[in-house]
Amino acid sequence: MIKNYIKIAFKVFMRRKFFTAISLFAISFTLVVLMATVSILDQLFAPMAPETRQERTLGVYNAVMRGKDFIQAGDVGYGFLSKYVKTLPDAELVSIYSRVTTATSFKDGFEIKSDMKLTDGEFWKILDFKFLEGGPITDADETNANFVAVINQATKQKFFGDASALGKSIEANGQRFRIVGVVSNVPVYRDVPYADIWVPISTTLDVGYRERLMSGFRAMILARDRADFDRIRSEFNARLKKVALPSSNYDTFLSVAESEFDRSARDLLGATYSTDPNRGDITIPSDSAEVIGLLILAAFLFMLLPTINLVNINVSRIIERASEIGVRKSFGASSRTLIGQFLVENILLTLIGGIVGFILSVIILNALTSSGLIPYADFHVNVRIFLYGLAVTLIFGTISGVYPAWRMSRMQPVNALKGIVR
Amino acid sequence: MLTLDRIEKIYRTDKVETVALHNINLQIGNGEFISIMGPSGSGKSTLLNIIGLLDVPTNGKMRLEDSGISSYGDRQLARLRNEKFGFVFQTFHLISDLSVVDNVEIPLLYRKMGGSERRKLALQALDRVGLTSRVHHYPSQLSGGQQQRVAIARAIVGKPKFLLADEPTGNLDSQMGEEIMEILMGLNTEEKTTIVMVTHDARLAEKTHRTVRLFDGRQVN
Repeated sequence: MIKNYIKIAFKVFMRRKFFTAISLFAISFTLVVLMATVSILDQLFAPMAPETRQERTLGVYNAVMRGKDFIQAGDVGYGFLSKYVKTLPDAELVSIYSRVTTATSFKDGFEIKSDMKLTDGEFWKILDFKFLEGGPITDADETNANFVAVINQATKQKFFGDASALGKSIEANGQRFRIVGVVSNVPVYRDVPYADIWVPISTTLDVGYRERLMSGFRAMILARDRADFDRIRSEFNARLKKVALPSSNYDTFLSVAESEFDRSARDLLGATYSTDPNRGDITIPSDSAEVIGLLILAAFLFMLLPTINLVNINVSRIIERASEIGVRKSFGASSRTLIGQFLVENILLTLIGGIVGFILSVIILNALTSSGLIPYADFHVNVRIFLYGLAVTLIFGTISGVYPAWRMSRMQPVNALKGIVR
Repeated sequence: MLTLDRIEKIYRTDKVETVALHNINLQIGNGEFISIMGPSGSGKSTLLNIIGLLDVPTNGKMRLEDSGISSYGDRQLARLRNEKFGFVFQTFHLISDLSVVDNVEIPLLYRKMGGSERRKLALQALDRVGLTSRVHHYPSQLSGGQQQRVAIARAIVGKPKFLLADEPTGNLDSQMGEEIMEILMGLNTEEKTTIVMVTHDARLAEKTHRTVRLFDGRQVN
């Protein structure tokens, strides 16, 4: 029977080429946008190398320090992180690292600008970089302020071509570093691990960084288990109240231990730390649930329009095919059987649209990746995104077919034969 | 045996109520060939549709063999239509996207039957109406008479007890009409198929066992 359904479905698709083309365009366009978006979100937030332990990791990114007449907001500082975060008792590892800064180098008289990040030894234990040559910066390198560097593959190519970079030196901001490792490129949107050059924190030219509560640094807290997050956060919040503030101008220090997604959600919603001096609460709530809700709502609304369009097309197809429905009912098709037939047709149409959408998504994402617009971007459709797309396609096909099929099932055979559709 | 007991069919709109059939009592015995005659709008097709379970009466009861079928639900009615009835329509109602043999197979699709068995029975039915040379043609490639033969093949492929024909020769010239009538009479005498046929043509009605006459939705003698 399915073979018969498929046969007639293709005949109907071919007979109504214009409607079929509109339906396929609506389905494939919707899926292209959704799959490209999901692929980009997947690249931004899904756990993948080097952030393979993301599920067990919390980050400390920003802080607000305020008093009655003063307020300072921005990155947290090394002083706060080393004294109050590095020593959190329930963490397995805590790494302190800087945000990227621009490092200037010269090669053959040409200036080369790179993104440089300061890290400690733990950074390389929490993150899972793929080393092409050598190894990471160690705790000893940080303790002894060794002028060593890990560089990414693109930087190695710029400075040394295809030759090995190990043991060679690279100059950045007037300092000379010996290269101890070369890693695969990390896309710029993976904010935590990303850089072109990584060097020990202790080699920084900034002399006062060790004391500052705020500016330039972040921390990664690796928990033994996600179940420890609550205890870690609780201890973290307790320690915030004990922070020794630099002057009497300030009376409160606010920060939060959060996942990367939570931070992005907070940024997206514009809900940064409270700057209201009357606010006594220093616990900053996570907004990720709200963002997930908004993303789902946006996806739903985005899908709604083509779904309504497809429902309309399907209803008009039913009216056109009333006689066929009447014949099938006359010769023994039950309403349930006809609903099945119509859903098979619709799912087939959406699957074809899905395949077209999938192919277009691959082409567009490959073009985006190879365009170089986003440094080291690697957008692609993986199995997970393909399965999301397939599920969305099937849901789309089913939903847009159910209402027309239900209307069809209510038709009396005699009315259907006469083409009377109510 | 199919029994209709005080069947009424009333069409209602917001303002108008039209009685299409009024107090119809009819017994159709196994193996009978009955014609239904009457002027346009007398309720002939409505009666045939009710007999064939394509439409539901407003009042009255129907019995098939010894079973009351008035209370049957959608699935039970669909099964009865599939197993007991075959339909031939004035305008053929063939599915234009399907080939002749695929059209004939339609009633068998709704039985649990394998593809090869369906194909065998469909070819037998087409052979019965003399159309084996056109099995892979499409309806648009056939003449009116040939299309009606396909419709008859489709109606008899499932070997139904009742064949209901609504003006089967109405869209055909007299010679093709005669041919179709010959096929129907052959099915009645050879296969013992019970046939109920709506017709305007008194000459065709004379060839049936008896004629039910309708006027303004009422049965007249």
